[in-house]
Amino acid sequence: MSTLRTEEMTLNMGPQHPSTHGVLRFVVRADGEVMREAVPDVGYLHRSIEKIAEKVGYHGFMPYTDRVDYVCAMFTNQGWGMACERLANIEVPRRGEYCRVIAAEFNRLASHLLSVGTMAMDIGAMTPFTHAIREREMINDLIEELCGARLTFNYMRIGGVAFDLPPGWREKALAYLDHFDPILEEYNALISFNKIYIERLANVGVITLEEAINYNLVGPNLRACGFKWDVRKDIPYSVYPDFEFDIPVGNGQWGKLGDAMDRYMVRIREMAESSKILRQALRQLPAGPVLAKVARNFKPPAGECQIRVESARGDMGWYVVSDGTGYPWRVHVRTGSFAAMGITQKLSRGLMIADLVTLIASLDVIAPEIDR
Amino acid sequence: MEALAIYQRLTDQFGNKILETVTQKLDSFCVVDPSAIVELGQFLRDDPALAMDCLSNQSGVDYKDRIEVVYHLFSYQHRHGAVLKVKLPRENPVVHTLEGIWASANWMEREIFDLLGVTFEGHSDMRRILLPEDWEGFPLRKDFVEPLEYHGISTVRESPIIRLDPKAK
Repeated sequence: MSTLRTEEMTLNMGPQHPSTHGVLRFVVRADGEVMREAVPDVGYLHRSIEKIAEKVGYHGFMPYTDRVDYVCAMFTNQGWGMACERLANIEVPRRGEYCRVIAAEFNRLASHLLSVGTMAMDIGAMTPFTHAIREREMINDLIEELCGARLTFNYMRIGGVAFDLPPGWREKALAYLDHFDPILEEYNALISFNKIYIERLANVGVITLEEAINYNLVGPNLRACGFKWDVRKDIPYSVYPDFEFDIPVGNGQWGKLGDAMDRYMVRIREMAESSKILRQALRQLPAGPVLAKVARNFKPPAGECQIRVESARGDMGWYVVSDGTGYPWRVHVRTGSFAAMGITQKLSRGLMIADLVTLIASLDVIAPEIDR
Repeated sequence: MEALAIYQRLTDQFGNKILETVTQKLDSFCVVDPSAIVELGQFLRDDPALAMDCLSNQSGVDYKDRIEVVYHLFSYQHRHGAVLKVKLPRENPVVHTLEGIWASANWMEREIFDLLGVTFEGHSDMRRILLPEDWEGFPLRKDFVEPLEYHGISTVRESPIIRLDPKAK
């Protein structure tokens, strides 16, 4: 009997593939259902935001930072604000810092809800997505009351935040948290501990701690490898030292340590921690101004600095070079998704094609954050 | 270890390969000889007192007379960081890749190549990453002029406000 002819298949996935979280593309070389390699092709959302920064000035760049990562824009706002404040040595009023933390942690909830919701959807469970999005809508309503926008917030300013909390907002926010905590339980009962779901995630896309650090994975992806590291705790910034919260890490409970299930569960548990931070922040909220006096014609002295913010997708690094004029000389933002995308090619080797979707979803990559 | 102590340790080890250490109020940095970047990287990662296991950020800056590549290193073990810079000529900026030491350099170097035109010697995949492969020029260079069109797609747009204004005609 003559042997069957086999050949390697080259498949195109994306850029408009519903499960690729924005526009990103993979060129997959596959042997049947098993991938030899998936080569990511990014850049479809490149807007050269770093170049724009050089042309619009420090204050003018704040709305553009929203577009770096539009799913958790509060953190990009905060990162840019902090970099400028560090350059010009500005101190943010305490209430301003609290407002920042409150807005940012609500945004983390919204971002993680979107992440876990779309992850379930990518794997084939449609209903949990609607539950997650329903909760996210309510957070969006709260943030809309705060700053007038639901996605690209532009809430923070150099030196603080644009608006104080509106009257009655604090009570609404606390009431929402009372509603949210049981929802997390409901969500877990609905999907997290579903046997089929666990089997789809466990042991898929296992990342060892050495790999994670070598590839500079950050945030939940790093913590899922069992490494307790959070910029909020380990290089404290803003008023995070005022709050008590845990850093959830992966424990390999359902499969190998550092698999997709660990990454998923770290996000779920982080939401509970964010809720804790929010309660403390809303209760301890000090009085006072929310915005420091910053010159309209903002000209930080020449110099350069790097700051790190723990965004929903992990440690986000802003590197800013000032030449003493009203326009930054160079801005560079190193984001969590960029690093996470860099490791997919390596992880894809030997993975099933269907699991590539799981892998991308579990790394929580957001295309605009990769491309900027 | 404080950043300055790290630079001192590098100077003790590598002598004249460390060109200068710049102390400033914000992040201090040291400028190193581009030809020594690989051995420096190796030392920074493997020396137990430094143990820089993570290349946290790598970026390039165009200073009109030179291009600098900036390395932000970080050690999770010791919780300290260092900033290294290499200065390259603008005409033909070439420096050896650090991909073999920190895998995260792979993509960040591709990005610097793409946007600033720095070539990384020995890189496994030196292609454009964000821009299309047939793009001309390097946008983050200060003398970059945006082309008026790309494959017949205009990059400029007439302002609709001017169009609606009868006096503008």
